[in-house]
Amino acid sequence: MSGQRTESTGSTDSTHSPAATEVTEAVVGTGLPNAASIPTSVGTWISDGWITTRRNLIKIKRVPDILVFTTLQPIMFVLLFTYIYSGVITIPGSSYTEFIMAGIFAQTVVFGSTYSGSAMAQDLKDGIIDRFRTLPMSPSAVLIGRTNGDLCINALSMVVMMLTGLIVGWRINSSFWEGVAGVALLLLFAYAFSWVMAFVGMSVRSPEVINNVAFLILFPLTFISNAFVPAETLPPVLQTIAEYNPVSALVQAARELFGNVPPGAPVGDAWTQQYPIATVLIGVAVMLGVFVPLCIRKFVRISSH
Amino acid sequence: MSFIQIEGLVKIYRPKGADPVHALDGVDLDVRQGTVRGLLGPNGAGKTTMVKALTTLIKPDAGHATIDGIDVVRDAHRIRPIIGVSGQYAAVDENLTGFENLEMVGRLYHLGAKASKRRAQELIDAFELTEAQNRPVKGFSGGMRRRIDLAGAIFSRPPVLFLDEPTTGLDPRSRLGMWDVITSLVSEGTTVLLTTQYLEEADRLADDISVIDGGKLIAEGTADELKAQIGGQQIELTLMDAADGSVAGEILRRHGEAQPHVGGDGRELSVGVREGPLALERVLGELNAAGIRLHDAGMRRPTLDDVFLKLTGHSAGGEEEQDGEVES
Ligand SMILES: Nc1ncnc2c1ncn2[C@@H]1O[C@H](COP(=O)(O)OP(=O)(O)OP(=O)(O)O)[C@@H](O)[C@H]1O
Ligand SMILES: [Mg+2]
Repeated sequence: MSGQRTESTGSTDSTHSPAATEVTEAVVGTGLPNAASIPTSVGTWISDGWITTRRNLIKIKRVPDILVFTTLQPIMFVLLFTYIYSGVITIPGSSYTEFIMAGIFAQTVVFGSTYSGSAMAQDLKDGIIDRFRTLPMSPSAVLIGRTNGDLCINALSMVVMMLTGLIVGWRINSSFWEGVAGVALLLLFAYAFSWVMAFVGMSVRSPEVINNVAFLILFPLTFISNAFVPAETLPPVLQTIAEYNPVSALVQAARELFGNVPPGAPVGDAWTQQYPIATVLIGVAVMLGVFVPLCIRKFVRISSH
Repeated sequence: MSFIQIEGLVKIYRPKGADPVHALDGVDLDVRQGTVRGLLGPNGAGKTTMVKALTTLIKPDAGHATIDGIDVVRDAHRIRPIIGVSGQYAAVDENLTGFENLEMVGRLYHLGAKASKRRAQELIDAFELTEAQNRPVKGFSGGMRRRIDLAGAIFSRPPVLFLDEPTTGLDPRSRLGMWDVITSLVSEGTTVLLTTQYLEEADRLADDISVIDGGKLIAEGTADELKAQIGGQQIELTLMDAADGSVAGEILRRHGEAQPHVGGDGRELSVGVREGPLALERVLGELNAAGIRLHDAGMRRPTLDDVFLKLTGHSAGGEEEQDGEVES
């Protein structure tokens, strides 16, 4: 700015002054298309969503913890569970490795969705939300970018986990398309859950609290399920919880789609276990149907500080 | 023609488990197109609340405000393309570089990829951030962050600019640079609403000044009009010994227009007087007779600081905590 100072010597009063023209050119700008436009078209909506998604992808690149957490931790889980428990837990007609993978997939992507919570809280804390809120962008763009960010992280985790799984002996025993559907269902569920977490993040506003609470709720939720042991082996009360646990439905759906359910394996009586894929799809629809509007409503009223 | 029009604006915060705060308590304000309006007030006066209400960040509880005839609540989506905002706290993405931050702002104003890049570079250079432009903002100093934020505010050359304490945290050189930026924008026709704790800044930049306190407008006018309210001249004394404060204060009170003001460890006293030179002569004579030794004595025209003090009973910035009235 000192450059402008020297250029504009003499323009000390706030009235129009010819000497200020050079400063004006630097700051006021030359060749800029005039007047920002009001977002109305689908085009600006997509563009806004892409810009905010890119912002979150850059964050993944710049904050190494995220990459470590989303790649190394799933590898560790796959190795720990398959090598430690495969000798202890037997799955009739199948192997524990085959059984456990869907559970690890589900747990990892559900945890991956919590980034949206802590990131929204962090954005509020940093004040960047106030910048976004005063820009003529579409009101859903920040949230779309955020949940897309989680989707990318989760997709990356899935690739890493599946490769590790293949190395330790896990196989997709169904068709290619069923395998694709299994991956898509896991990512879809997690994507919808990201919206839930984004809402929580905007409500709680503290990234630390979000992380701790997510841990306290999601750990039991993923463990009191059929993810790591067959639900029938749990004590009666926990077994009931596990059968209705949405995570169990997700795990069961993934197992079915990957062909990891041994023939004749017992299936829970609950409707959610009888029709796990439908259950997951309904869950996704409910989460998106409720939390997308709630999130946008919250976002257009929120302000930092 | 008034460009920003505010009528009876009310904002009540209702913090959980505490009494409601009337942050804005029925404020009327008109800002003419192409002028700078300075908003002055002590901490907690409602300045930031005003800026937030006008920039669509919060919804007022009553009253209404328009910018260029557009209602800020009902037509918030039509307000956002025409405003530029730099809030009290820099609103930047910590993980993006300075350049990426600005480019993103341009893209979200829908200025296109090429124009956004070009403009981002132009502003980075103008704000002397060229060296740091490819570093994440996380590692920026407060002043550098502030400059990125301000660059974001003027990115699209908006017709209306809201600046909430734009030079707080800037070094003197950057502050002068910022003043030039604002001056040149105004010469191009930009309308500016600016809050500040620096009265010198308001004096230099603002065409009109509004003083608010406790959510209410308490004075309005040009800097000169406000100073005229205080009247005459000020006598200022610095004592060698603070122990003489009460005697000196009593002498000043007798010759002054109001209660003398005391600051600087009780050694600095000032009071507004009518006939400056005559009053100064008498005061000095009496002080001499009382055997009070002076470090410094003089007369000056009132500043906005005096106006601010008189109107709000607080000093700007709240720094001089030992300020108070002389007991007599
Ligand atoms: N989110 C909030 N919740 C509750 N009270 C608030 C909130 N924001 C502001 N206030 C209160 O409203 C009043 C006005 O605040 P505001 O931030 O507008 O003051 P200000 O003039 O900008 O002060 P400063 O000079 O310190 O920036 C203060 O009493 C403040 O405590
Ligand atoms: Mg403020």
